[in-house]
Amino acid sequence: MERDSSVFVYGIGAPDHKKIFESTEGIAEKFGESRCFDTPLSEDAMMGFGLGAAINGLKPINVHIRLDFLMLAINQLSNMVSSTRYGSGGKLKVPLVVRAVAGRGWGQGFQHSKTMHSVFAHIPGLKVVMPTTPRDAKGLLISAIRDNNPVIFIEHRWLYWQEGEVPKEEFTIPFGKANILRKGKDLTIVATSWMNVEALKAAEILAKRGVDVEVVDPRTIVPLDEKTIIESVEKTGRCIVADNDWVFCGFSGELSAIISEKCFGKLKYPVQRIGLPQIPCPTARHLENEFYPNAVKIIRTAEKMLKLTPTDLSKEEFYSHENRFKGPF
Amino acid sequence: MPKLNFDLYKKLYLIRSAEKSIQKYYFENEMRTPMHMSMGEEAIVAGICLALGKDSQVFGTYRSHGLYLAKTGETDKFFAEMYGKETGGAKGKAGSMHLSLPEMGMMGTSAIVAGVISVAVGASFANKRKKNNKTTAVFFGDGAIDEGSFWESLNIACLMQLPVLFVCEDNGFAVHTPNTLRHGYKSIADIVSKFDCNVLKTETTDAETIYNLAKKAIGLIKKNKRPCFLYAKYYRYLEHVGVNEDFSAGYRSKKEFEKWQKKDPIDLQRKKLLNLGVTEEKVKELEKVIDGQIENSIKSAKQAPFAEVAEAYKDVFYGEK
Repeated sequence: MERDSSVFVYGIGAPDHKKIFESTEGIAEKFGESRCFDTPLSEDAMMGFGLGAAINGLKPINVHIRLDFLMLAINQLSNMVSSTRYGSGGKLKVPLVVRAVAGRGWGQGFQHSKTMHSVFAHIPGLKVVMPTTPRDAKGLLISAIRDNNPVIFIEHRWLYWQEGEVPKEEFTIPFGKANILRKGKDLTIVATSWMNVEALKAAEILAKRGVDVEVVDPRTIVPLDEKTIIESVEKTGRCIVADNDWVFCGFSGELSAIISEKCFGKLKYPVQRIGLPQIPCPTARHLENEFYPNAVKIIRTAEKMLKLTPTDLSKEEFYSHENRFKGPF
Repeated sequence: MPKLNFDLYKKLYLIRSAEKSIQKYYFENEMRTPMHMSMGEEAIVAGICLALGKDSQVFGTYRSHGLYLAKTGETDKFFAEMYGKETGGAKGKAGSMHLSLPEMGMMGTSAIVAGVISVAVGASFANKRKKNNKTTAVFFGDGAIDEGSFWESLNIACLMQLPVLFVCEDNGFAVHTPNTLRHGYKSIADIVSKFDCNVLKTETTDAETIYNLAKKAIGLIKKNKRPCFLYAKYYRYLEHVGVNEDFSAGYRSKKEFEKWQKKDPIDLQRKKLLNLGVTEEKVKELEKVIDGQIENSIKSAKQAPFAEVAEAYKDVFYGEK
């Protein structure tokens, strides 16, 4: 924002005292309310507003504290934003960033918990980004702001608690470049967003039995780095897609089709998909725990693929932010 | 020479003549894009676009032949787009429903009728921020006000005090559904007047009156820093989509049409020109020039090549070849 005065941030609650989980901290204070402002509860029109500002040379960043609320703007995204450049014969450009938080805590229920990247990725003309590490969050967000296309930037709430090295200076991470979070030769796990945390935990436990897991984070769903994923699966011959979304008709299905087509002769086991079951997100904690996939599910799937007996997990400590999560929301 | 009336007539006649040509050639089945004709509404777009001037931006719906022609005055890219040719404004990717020519301020049109209203509001926000003194206008029908996005956009424009002109062109129908089956209120202008904005209203088919009203609207927007809602009633001459009449369908009466036809915007302005002392010969000369322009554009469009099939894959993202 220092670099480019055309960038502005807007959305419901963007400058309020909660600062979208502190992610807009300091922006209004530093750049003033003309560059970081609140809006009416009008997601659809405020998305069109961003489109109009973008085609006229500004760089809007539209923030949604819950991705579920962004669904009110799906008309703008699918009918207007995504096709504006195409429909103008390439004359208009749409440098619009949409930041949306995928909620999770406990008790978030079915309207505070969606990710929906498969839906956005399904629409031609939208880029879809899902950072996992703190470093990626910064580098990819700067890339998104500098991109002259609409970018849906999905931030998992639990990932705000991640800790990691982040360069202080500005830097970009190019879209369409997967990140190999862990090298391995026996099994590839391609994971999105929070599921990378679960995948790394699963890999750590499986390593104790000598299973060498490679974890690949695509980082951007559109554009997708097929090459890195395919090279990994060709090497390991086994792949689990662990996705932070519903399995049915989702990104995990798409990716497993791509892998099956391109690595057919080299697969030692059919590609396995792990994600959300085909139910809305339940509220009660024990039901919610059933709903969300985790490292245990990844380990059990890996054991099945590798024909291993189930590991004794009774002494393992699993990572969960549920325990540090306190209300009110 | 009454320049204003002459300029208005030029726009009016251009629109009418272009659409008559569409009627004439559509049955050759070469213009393969659904036509939502503007016939009947010409005075609104001609008057407002002339008042807005070149240095303005306009947005519209799928029914925007009139708006496009009033704003740009050009017919080469217009017809090439209708024929789906490479030389069209969008190389054939847009067609009749998605006409645009951003380089001339014709920013975009949408078949999701209220979808474009908020985009115009955002464009006007950018114009205000750039202090470029540009007025943004968005044209939509009375169907669009049934969609929530209209109310959201109106509220935002009033709240943020944006220099935007909302033009509601009311033809009484959303496709074939009359406003009596859609509106839980009597007058849209009355309701909008409760918002913090300017409201103007007309039922005229006289482009000069509309021009003056639009000038007033633009003045108000600049003076009191509030958007303006301009309500204009008109009658759609032809079927919802297609190039024919549809009075036999039974959802509206031909008598109503005949009432409006008596005050047809093109005839009315032509008579005005003659009354102002412009000779019949001079008017005919102008009409001949415009007819010639249109014939040439159609001829060029027919002869122009289609884009390569590979073009279908281009322009999805900026920066990709």
